Parts: sequence; C-alpha cells; structure tokens
Amino acid sequence: MAATPDLEVRSLAKRFATHLAVDDLSFSVARGSFFSILGPSGCGKTTLLRMIAGFIQPDRGDIAIGGRSMAGVAPNRRPVNMVFQQLALFPMMSVAQNVAFGLARRGIGRAERTRRAAAMLERVGLGGAGGKRTDELSGGQRQRVAIARSMILEPTLLLLDEPLGALDLKLRDHMKIELKQLQAAFATTFVYITHDQSEALVLSDHIGVMNHGRFEQLGTPQQLYYSPASAFVAGFVGANNRLAGKALAVNGALVQLATSGGWVVHAHRQGPVAAGMAVEAFIRPEATLLARSAAELPAGQTAHTGEVISLLFDGANSAVLLRELQSCVEFRIALPQTGAYADLQAGARIYFSFDPQRAICFAAADGHA
Amino acid sequence: MPETRAATLWYRRLMLGLLLAPALLWLVALIVLPHVDLALLSFRARIAPREYAVSLDQYRTFFNEPLYWHVFVRTALMSALATALTLLVAFPIAWTIAKLARGRTSALLFVVCLIPFWVSETVRTLGWMILLRESGVLPALLVHLGLTTQPVELLYHDATILVGLVYTSLLFMVVPLVGSLESLDNALIEAAYDLGGKGWSILREIVIPHAAPGITAGCIVVFMLTLGNYLTPTLLGGKNSLWFTEQIYTQFITRFNWEQGAAFGFLLLALSTAMVWLGLKVSGQRFSDVMRRA
Repeated sequence: MAATPDLEVRSLAKRFATHLAVDDLSFSVARGSFFSILGPSGCGKTTLLRMIAGFIQPDRGDIAIGGRSMAGVAPNRRPVNMVFQQLALFPMMSVAQNVAFGLARRGIGRAERTRRAAAMLERVGLGGAGGKRTDELSGGQRQRVAIARSMILEPTLLLLDEPLGALDLKLRDHMKIELKQLQAAFATTFVYITHDQSEALVLSDHIGVMNHGRFEQLGTPQQLYYSPASAFVAGFVGANNRLAGKALAVNGALVQLATSGGWVVHAHRQGPVAAGMAVEAFIRPEATLLARSAAELPAGQTAHTGEVISLLFDGANSAVLLRELQSCVEFRIALPQTGAYADLQAGARIYFSFDPQRAICFAAADGHA
Repeated sequence: MPETRAATLWYRRLMLGLLLAPALLWLVALIVLPHVDLALLSFRARIAPREYAVSLDQYRTFFNEPLYWHVFVRTALMSALATALTLLVAFPIAWTIAKLARGRTSALLFVVCLIPFWVSETVRTLGWMILLRESGVLPALLVHLGLTTQPVELLYHDATILVGLVYTSLLFMVVPLVGSLESLDNALIEAAYDLGGKGWSILREIVIPHAAPGITAGCIVVFMLTLGNYLTPTLLGGKNSLWFTEQIYTQFITRFNWEQGAAFGFLLLALSTAMVWLGLKVSGQRFSDVMRRA
C-alpha cells in the first residue's frame, strides 16, 4: 500500500468571469518530493497555487493535504506555507522576528521562539543574522529567510510562487542548487511554480506542464524532455527546432513529412498521425549531427544541407543557426564540445543529419500545416 | 574663466533667491514678524496708562487663575480625545479606500469624504445646529419615533463638540492614512495570514507598524487643527464649551487685553509643540518621515 500523498487534487476547477483558469485538474504529489508546475504566464498556475494555499476558493473539486480535505479550511489553519513571489518578508521586523512570526501566532513563548528561530536560521546558513533588518540581506539570503520563516512551522507542504523570478541570472543559478539542497535537507514536500523550464528541470522530481488550465503532461524531467506528450510540451520544455508540415506517408511509428518549403524529413510519431494530416515535428539541437561533407554523416541517416546564418557562441551551450538550403527553414544545431566547428563562417555550407527516432512528430493542434 | 564661473554662481543664487522669495516673504511677514511682536507683547505689563514694563505678569495670571489652566488642560484632553476618535473612524474608511475598493469606487469614496469641505466651516457647523438644537430635526425625529417624550437639547454637550470636531477633521486623517495603507504590499498581509496570523494580530504586527508614519502624521494634523479650532467648539458647545481659543479671543476682542491674549497664544503654541513632540516620541517616528506623509 502506497503512503498517503501529501497533496491530492481532485477535479479542481476555477473560473474567473469568462476565463477558465483551472480546468478539471487532478494530480497527486508524493511525500517528500519536489513537484513543479511549469507553464507560461496566464496558464492558471498561480490560481492553482493560491487555491492550494487557501487564498482562492475553488468552484469545484477538492484539495486534500496530508490526506485531509481542505474544503472550508482557512489559509491560516492549513498545514501549508507559502514563499511569495517577492518573498514578502516583513520589513518592520528583524530577520529573527520574521522567522519567529508564525511561532508567535501559535502562542509559543518568547524564549522558546527565540531559540527555535536561531536554530532555524543556523540551519539555513544564516546563523548570527537574526538581528539584522531584512533589507540588509542579499537576495539569496532573503530567500533563505523566507523559506526558514515557513519551514519553522513544519508544514506538510511548502508552496513556492516563482521565488527566483526577481533574482539576477547568476544568483538564480546559485539559488536553484541551494533550493534543491534545502528541500533534500528538510525532506518536506515542495510545490513550486515557475515559467522557467530550466528551473523546473533542475529542481523537480516531477513536473506538471500546464497550459490553459490543464496539465499537458505530468512526468519526470527526463520524460518531459525526451518524450513530450504534446507539441506544446515539446516546444515549451528545452530548446527545440519546430518544423510544421504535412505527413506524406506513415510507416508504423515512422512519419515522412514535408514542410511547406518542400523539405522532407523523417520523424517518430507520437499519437495518431495519418498521411495527409497537418503535423509538427520537433528536433532537439543536440540530437543533430554536423559534418563538413555529406559523406561524414552516418550512413543510415538522411543528409540535409544548410547554410550558416550565424554562430551562437555561449560556452558549453554554443550552437549554430543555419538555413536549410531547399526550404530556407531556420534550424539550430548544438556545437560539439570539441570546438571542431568554432571557425564556421556565416554563409558556409554545412551538412547535418538526425536519427528519426529522436525527432518527434505530432498531429498539428489546429489542423493547419 | 574664473569670472564667468563666479558670474554663473551669482546668477544661480539670484534665481534661487527669486524662486524662494514669495515663500520667504510669506514666512517672515505673516508668521515670524507677528509672532515676534506677540512674544514681545506677552512679556510686558501695563503699569500706568500708556506706560508698559517688561514683566511675567501675563503668564503668572494664567497659573494663578484656576479657570484659565482648567480650560487649557480641558482643551488639550478634549483635542486628544477628538484625535483618537477621528483615528478610529478614519481607519476603516481609509482601509476601504486603499485596499478594498477598486478604481472608480475608491475615487468616489474619496469625493464623499471631500464633499463636506466644499461648504465653509461656518455653514457646516450651522447645519449641525439645525439638526441638533431642541427645535431641530433630530430631537423631533426622536419624539416621532417615541424614543423621547419631548424634544431634548442635543447642542451644548461635550459629546456634541466631539462629534463636530471629528466630522471637521476626518479628511485630514483619511488622506495620510490612505497614502500609507496604499503602499502596504498585499502580499505582506497574505504572508502573515498564511503564517497563522488572524485579523487582530495582522493589524497589530503588520498594518499598524507599516502605517505608523501616516497615523502619526494624521494625528498631528488633526490635533493641531482641533486645538486651534474656534468655530466648532463655540457654536456647538455654546458658553459651556470652555475652549482655550475662546479665552484668547475674549482677551483680544472683548477685554482689549492684548498682552494677556498674546501670552495665552504662546501657551497654546507651547502645548501643541509639546504634544507633537510627545506623539513622535511615543510612536517612535521621525519628524521628517511623518511630514512626508502629511
């Protein structure tokens, strides 16, 4: 028998005027795991999080936390705490007072409060910072205070509303790692919402990709990345080359498709695809091989020809942007780490190929090529 | 080059001086000069017709005559009470305008607070008298509803004065409160709620500390206005009002005792300064922060 999930959402729905923010959503989050809800802005993820926290009442459905239904339970009585987007530290209080705030509301005595707040600050690596004002801390330290302030109440569930959004890139990368380590140390279930796919991939055990109030796919980061269930997921998670076209022939799982410019490629079918249908194919930049001559490419793969538009140097993430010669479709290919193609010039002729098994083809959502 | 630089500097100073001239003129001619003259007046006593000597008599009279300092203390306490009541009434209004109402509703509520000020204070207060006097609207209504057997006089009570003062002061409390409450991030309230806070503890721990400069600013303005108010206590309180400004008026106008009146004026100024200082000390606010809110 499986343990009770820390969070269980059953057919949850919420409508704002004409806009369906959350549409019949069901999922559960296992104890101690890091669950992310990933989606573009306006997909309903904030509404979902605020319903879990209790700030918004759902129209339909139920939320159970630690096996207990939360219907009619006010936010201040739920075993859930939230880390807000701008952190919402109390500027009128010291760091220690911020951390002890929840304990004070539970009626815990001053001495005990002080001791526990100091221990919690120690745990998040801010020992001795208790007397500081919140605006004396760096962005990363402020985030740790926000987490400490919530974790001191030992919630069943910690909700995080894009807490890294306000940080600069360097600090964000650092805080990603720190968040993951904190989650492992506390072993508390984290529910994290973000529009940044890289944050979700790095941090999560499971991710729900949300669009128009529904989950497009729910799975591990690897599943989302390597076998996206829909064109939306393929386009949203990780960098991808998208080719829109028409299926020419379907042979089992293999689809032969042609773009409007007449470029013919092979891809692996995901979901039902029939010949003549409008389709979208996705090929990852790193799933493609580059060569200076067609003969260097693997024998079994179709060789394609391109003309270099520009070299996008970004250290280990360097890529080349090229134009497929026949259709003029732009295509991005990751450069190998060896630096073999670092000397590519704009306008140079280059050959590339990919394994059709790693190219994914969906029936186009809107039915048009 | 040095000459041009000096010329530029001189020109800048001239412009600054010209820009500040109206304000300085106003400050010196209408505030500083009269006060200097009043101060000199308050420190002299008439020893014979048209003959004056430097003396502390005027201040001595104040302390020796129980009526004077009784009225003085009463005015201070009533003003403090009126300020506290204004704060209690204004806070929910300001909260509604700043946090609950949106767009047009918020603007409309503000206008509703402002409307009474389109009418002069005299007319407004006379309006209150029409409502409250024995033959007025409210006593007649009470009789009509059977709550009283005969019309009661609602004027000339301390409570009536307080009602009038709170009504007159409300806007001056609402404006700084709305300003300071609007700048309070809603996420802070939600965070406090999320961490187990309830209405009262959030108000005490989050809202009031955040709004403290606005609250102090509103209280200072309302207290000063109330303390120096002449019309409302006199009209609504009648002869029983015992407001200190009346004493000053009497000395200047009825008794032609300008020396005594000037001394009273300075005592009122000292009182209001002391209360503002005390208010800042008690609330732990800095004068500059508070004045930015007012």
